[in-house]
Order: sequence, then structure tokens, then C-alpha cells
Amino acid sequence: MIEMTDVHKAFGSKQVLRGVNLTVQSGESMVIIGGSGTGKSITIKCILGLVHPDSGQILLDGKNVEDEERDAFLAKFGMLFQGGALFDSLSVWQNVAFRLLRGSLKRPKDEAREIAIEKLRRVGLTPEVADQFPAELSGGMQKRVGLARAIAADPEVIFFDEPTTGLDPIMAGVINDLIREIVVEMGATAITITHDMTSVRAIADKVAMLHGGKIRWMGPVAELDGCSDPYVDQFIHGKAEGPIAAVR
Amino acid sequence: MNILAGIGRSFLGILSLIGRITIFASLAISHLVRPPFYPREFLVQLGYIGFLSLPVVGLTALFTGGALALQIYSGGARFNAETVVPSIVAIGIVRELGPVLGGLMVAGRVAASIAAEIGTMKVTEQIDALTTLSTHPMKYLTVPRVLAATLSMPVLVAIGDIIGIMGGYLVGVTRLDFNAAAYMTNTLDFLEVSDVISGLAKAAVFGFIVATMGCYHGMNSGRGAQGVGRATTSAVVSASILILASNYILTEVFFSA
Ligand SMILES: Nc1ncnc2c1ncn2[C@@H]1O[C@H](COP(=O)(O)OP(=O)(O)OP(=O)(O)O)[C@@H](O)[C@H]1O
Ligand SMILES: [Mg+2]
Repeated sequence: MIEMTDVHKAFGSKQVLRGVNLTVQSGESMVIIGGSGTGKSITIKCILGLVHPDSGQILLDGKNVEDEERDAFLAKFGMLFQGGALFDSLSVWQNVAFRLLRGSLKRPKDEAREIAIEKLRRVGLTPEVADQFPAELSGGMQKRVGLARAIAADPEVIFFDEPTTGLDPIMAGVINDLIREIVVEMGATAITITHDMTSVRAIADKVAMLHGGKIRWMGPVAELDGCSDPYVDQFIHGKAEGPIAAVR
Repeated sequence: MNILAGIGRSFLGILSLIGRITIFASLAISHLVRPPFYPREFLVQLGYIGFLSLPVVGLTALFTGGALALQIYSGGARFNAETVVPSIVAIGIVRELGPVLGGLMVAGRVAASIAAEIGTMKVTEQIDALTTLSTHPMKYLTVPRVLAATLSMPVLVAIGDIIGIMGGYLVGVTRLDFNAAAYMTNTLDFLEVSDVISGLAKAAVFGFIVATMGCYHGMNSGRGAQGVGRATTSAVVSASILILASNYILTEVFFSA
């Protein structure tokens, strides 16, 4: 279980998070929606300890994430970065198998490669790409390699930062199904950031909307459409008119 | 008033930069001795930093040795001491010019490329990705580079010394009518073990400085292409200045010892 309590974060004079409260149960798929630049990526980076909050508390299974032993703590996590963040000096399969080639999860090279190719297949990539380099792939392919890397070591908690942006609708459907499958079959806890309402409906158990540095609304995905909150209504229907200013 | 404030501010800025670099360097050293280690990364860096710098260092030494022989000859001729050419070339190269010029050339080549590579990794979130994959960026990126540079610089400079002396020898024998065998004996007779050791010790320190500056500026790179560009420049400039400053300090130490 992940619990964020009153998390604040500012960059210089710019207040990004102004008291985020968010609870994600184990085995639950949480989707965070919200306008561009509202601090969604920063929120999950705070949980991972990549960004240190100015104040507030983040607990994982009741323990403060800041106090935990870093390596053991991070071994439970998988993260897909918004920009892919692939290591451009390593081939695709070495990227995917990064965790399996070193550290506590290390295994023989052949086995690691096999797992990498299997994970690539799950994100819709053929074994031929395994020996290519990230720079030789299209944006959407890079994103999927990032996804394969995030799930390579079967983590307990997975964060997906915009997994379907830049993908064609069919591939987006494949990825949505995959994320759903990971949560249902592997019992993983997932937090997904997305702007894509089809994804939201396909992936989410619960939806949280971030606005103005706080969680504006949170509830089960079934209640999303009937939600009376004008911010949520404007966002999910993509209306230009409403309480959320178009210029931010 | 404004001018004073400006001077004060930049002075404080420099002090805090020195502090941050010191912390970074001690952190790098502390990670050097704690597992996990990444031998593969180390070997790759050894090849890149050590082996591929050989032409640069070798050419620098060759031309410097040649020019030095000409200079010493014309200077020595003023008081009929042309015969000092071999020994002064050897001592000048081994104690001073080999390590310093080699260090500066490697600073241009290696500090820049390390800063650009790590800076790009930083702005494309690859450093964050490393962390989430339970790999400490300091251990995976900084330690192999610092270790490779510190160990390979003395070897590079040793080879550079030989090439530099050869440069002086070639000029001495072909242009200045030195006897080949006499030039060689003169060189070897005057050179002491302590000259060589002090030069190689300097080289190790310069190697450490080059890699540490590259990594520090890369890791602290600003955002975007401009940030990486600035990091690269800062890495080369600060590495060069630190090499020259520490060269003076080390020379004082060896001189008094
Ligand atoms: N390192 C940083 N330094 C300064 N400001 C930052 C930094 N990182 C993020 N910000 C600011 O924090 C705000 C939130 O950024 P974040 O990346 O979390 O947005 P987001 O909600 O993920 O947006 P998007 O949907 O466009 O990805 C932005 O306004 C951004 O300018
Ligand atoms: Mg984002």
C-alpha cells in the first residue's frame, strides 16, 4: 500500500505540489489524470525518491520511503519514464534485461536475454529489435522498450508515465491490455499517468485527478462519468470552456 | 556598492563550488571501495580514456620534446652550454611538461566527453532510470571513469615521456649535430628515479581531476542542450585550472621533499 500525506514540492518560487493526499491499495490500479504541467510526473518521482518532497510523508506498506534501504526498496519497483529514458549506449535487449544482468537479481546472460526477448514480445516487438540500439527505433518503439524494461524483473509496484502517448490506437490497445494483465495476473500495484481516456477506462480501478497541486477528485473508474465535479467533467470531455484555464 | 556585492557573490559562489566538488570527490572515493563493482564498465572506460588518448598524448609529447630541444639549445648557446640539451629536455619532459601538457590534452578530450555523455544521460532521465533499476549512478558511472583515468594517466604519461625524449633526441641528432650515443647516455645519466616518480604521481592526480570534473559537471548539468553544452565547457575549464593549480602545489611538495 502506498500512502502519500500532505506532500508539498516547489521548484524555486514555483509551487508544484501543494498537499497531495493519495492512497493506493496493494494490487490496485490507480490512474492519475490532470492537465499538462500539474505535477503528475513529479508525484511519482517523489514516491520513488528521485525527487525529495519539501514536506509531507510517503509510506510504503507502513514504512517511510525515505528511511528504507534504497536498493532493497527499489528492487520492488518498475518505472516507465515519460521520455523512455533508455540507455543509448546499450542495445535494446541489454536495456530490457538491465536488472537481470547485474546486482541482486543477476542471472546468466542467455537466460537474461531470453527473458528480455519474451518481454519485448509482450509489448509487441519482434526479436529482431533485440540487437538494435535505442536510437535506431521510432518513438513509439522506444516507449515500448521502456515498458518492457519496467516489467522485466516482475516488480511488485509499477509506475507508467504516459505508456500510450505516441502509439497507434491498436498498439495502445495492446499496451492497455498488458497493463491490466500485469495488475490482474501478477497482482502488482500500478500507478499510471495518462491523458488518454480510452486508457483510463481500460486500465483503472480508481482514478485520481490532480489539479492545482492537490488531488481534486478521486474515485472508482465507474463513478468517473457520473462525476459532478466541474473540473473532472471538463477534463474527461476535453472541453475548452470550464474552470480549468486553457493557458497554464 | 554593487561592484563589491558582485565580487562578494562570485567569491562565495566559488567557495561553495569548491565545497561541492570536494564533497563529490570524497563521495566518489568512498564508493570506490564499497561493492557492488562494475568491472565491465571499468574496462570499457580504460579502453576509451586510456588507450584512445594515446595518440593525443604521444603527439603532444613528440612535438614538445622537439621544440624544447631547439629552445634549450639556443638558450644554452648564450653561455656555451649547448651540451645540457639532453638532460634538460629529459628533466623538463619527465618532471613537468609530460604530465602537465598530457593532463591538459586529456582534459580537453576526456573531461569534455564524460561531461557531455553524463549530462545527456541526466537531461534524458537516464540517471533517474539507473536509480530506479537499483544501480547507483555514482558506482556505475563515476567510479569506473575516475578509476580508469587515475590508473591510465601515469601509463599514458610514461609512454608520453619516452616519446617526448625521443622527439628531443631526433631534433638533437638530426638538426643540432649531437652524437646519437652521447645524447642517449647524457639523458639516462642525468635522469633520476625521483624525477620519473614525481611526474607519474602528478599524472595520477591529473587523471583523477579530469574524470572527477567530467562526472561532476555532467551529473549537475542544467536542462536541455544548452545545459549540457555549459557542463562540457565548465568541465574542461575547471579540470584545466585544477591541473595547473595542483601541479604547482605538487611541485612545491616534491621540491621541498
Ligand atoms: N527539475 C525541475 N526544475 C524546475 N521545475 C520543474 C522540474 N521538474 C518539473 N518542474 C516543473 O514542475 C511542474 C510539473 O512537472 P511534471 O513533469 O510533474 O508535469 P506533468 O504533470 O507530468 O505534465 P505532463 O502531462 O506534461 O507530463 C512543471 O510546471 C515543471 O515546469
Ligand atoms: Mg509528465
